[in-house]
Amino acid sequence: MKIEERPKVEKLLTNPVKRNHQFDTVEVKVSPPWKDAVKQLRKNRFAVAGFIIIVFFVFLGLLAPLLTPYSYEEQNLANRLLAPSADHWFGTDDLGRDIFTRIAYGARISLQVGLFAVSGALVFGTILGIVAGYFGRWIDTIISRTFDMLLAFPSILLAIAVVAILGASLENALIAIAIINIPVFGRLVRSRVISLREEEYIMAAKAQGMKNGRILLHHILPNSMAPIIVQSTLGFGTAILDAAALGFLGLGAQPPMPEWGKMLADSRNFIQLAPWTLIAPGISIMLVVLGFNLIGDGLRDAIDPKMKS
Amino acid sequence: MQKPLLEVNGLKKYFDIRGGVLGKKVGEVKAVDDVTFTVKEGEILGIVGESGCGKSTTGKSILRLIEPTDGEVKFEGRDITAVTQEEMRKLRRDMQIIFQDPYASLNPRHTIEKVISEPLLIHGMKSVKERKERVRELLEVVGLSDYHASRYPHQFSGGQRQRIGIARALANNPKLIICDEPVSALDVSVQSQILNLMEELRDQFNLTYIFIAHDLSVVKHISDRVGVMYLGRMVELADKDNLYDDPKHPYTRALLSAVPLPDPDVKKERIILKGDVPSPANPPTGCTFHTRCPNVMDICKTARPQFNQIDENHAVACHLYN
Repeated sequence: MKIEERPKVEKLLTNPVKRNHQFDTVEVKVSPPWKDAVKQLRKNRFAVAGFIIIVFFVFLGLLAPLLTPYSYEEQNLANRLLAPSADHWFGTDDLGRDIFTRIAYGARISLQVGLFAVSGALVFGTILGIVAGYFGRWIDTIISRTFDMLLAFPSILLAIAVVAILGASLENALIAIAIINIPVFGRLVRSRVISLREEEYIMAAKAQGMKNGRILLHHILPNSMAPIIVQSTLGFGTAILDAAALGFLGLGAQPPMPEWGKMLADSRNFIQLAPWTLIAPGISIMLVVLGFNLIGDGLRDAIDPKMKS
Repeated sequence: MQKPLLEVNGLKKYFDIRGGVLGKKVGEVKAVDDVTFTVKEGEILGIVGESGCGKSTTGKSILRLIEPTDGEVKFEGRDITAVTQEEMRKLRRDMQIIFQDPYASLNPRHTIEKVISEPLLIHGMKSVKERKERVRELLEVVGLSDYHASRYPHQFSGGQRQRIGIARALANNPKLIICDEPVSALDVSVQSQILNLMEELRDQFNLTYIFIAHDLSVVKHISDRVGVMYLGRMVELADKDNLYDDPKHPYTRALLSAVPLPDPDVKKERIILKGDVPSPANPPTGCTFHTRCPNVMDICKTARPQFNQIDENHAVACHLYN
């Protein structure tokens, strides 16, 4: 049962050290993956629209003192419930304050709430999710069951409970919103890490002798970024919505802060008499949330984990 | 006689099967069951076997990428199954692995520069300039070029990626490289390029390989000695020529008879095995091959055959040769 000797494969490379390029010698332009994502995003008209909306509100908030001569808290009872006019673009509320001014200053509050609530949830959620996903076993059990417990409540109910314990203020509303978002990020990161842990390049990193910390920071975290970024953008929108809801219930920003949800709550008695008092903050909330959702959806499409080229 | 670089003694890896609500252990898969062999310095030991026979698990258990259940792995006389994780981490610069799938074994978000320089960094090459220099050198050694360093893995072909994987494994001048089916994901023409490259590198850097594959002709081409595995056990281990010219174990004979010959006029007897490979969760008693063996005897069903040296450099686990 002898096996035929196969012809020995011709040696392609005779001198292994000094060797001419055997592959393409044409320089290929190399762009890091995130640049491709940005390019992809710019092609998406909805995402661009969302981006424009958000930029508009950011500038509205930043430039508020320049855009309007009025103060957002000074009452002028002579000008109560004036309809929109050249002097008061969006009209005035029941205490004679200019609604446009309050919307502009309110943009600051809403965007700050979104930023801080999302960053807080992002940091803690990511850390917990990575630890749970990478180390597994009992650590995972403890963290995941805690997440399940938090997610078992409707999120706004949980936020109300947290504010009820801490006291009603914008800061506490912000903390409450961050807390209810932690398990959202945590679960997302955990599932991503669990699937990444089985990847061969993670085993390769281990085989090279890398420490756990390095594997987590340089290999697992960068590869889990895509869903985190998308979730952060979408989370921005819901955080603003939650803050408005808490404000509406009187559990968030306290008067005279021009918080949009609070503005809605304060003017709901005048819905027939002066509908503009509700329309302006309502549309503002809607637009900001819409803007973030459009960007988030666009990002989800653009950041494809399997990068194309 | 060269001194052994690696001694594997009674290596076992059992994976637990868990079931039920509480995740109770209901059984175990004996992926690697009492495998013993040595690898001499500078040689290439081929390991062949069907899918699922435990070749890769053996390779990964030796490196403790999968923690072995039992057994001893001696690298340069030191039992590495007993060392701490931190010591193991340092030992890894001497023991490297090349993976089967060149598409999965490179981090898609790292440039080639980073992929190859990372092992240098973690084993103490702090200077950026030195690392750059070494990466350039390594790329050249594996037949790639300087300018490839700034690219991402998805911009390479399979063969090129495998070259990158080899460069990464070579980075710290290892002594032993476990090649876990390094060419089975590649086209045949590219396979021979990679095999030639690996042979050259062996000579150039005095490397020792454990070459795992399921392609008998690939193993024959590259190995000095060949081990045949079946259902988690080593059934035959011999010098390449001995094994291919005079296989002893009935399983090895059947395997070799299945290798296609390039000449259509040559007729040879093929040994057709009946049935499937039994489940490693419930392996047959005695010799695990007795359910399919053409030479089965009564003793095969009860007693597990010892791995016996029947000749110089030829060992076989079969009752026919006791």
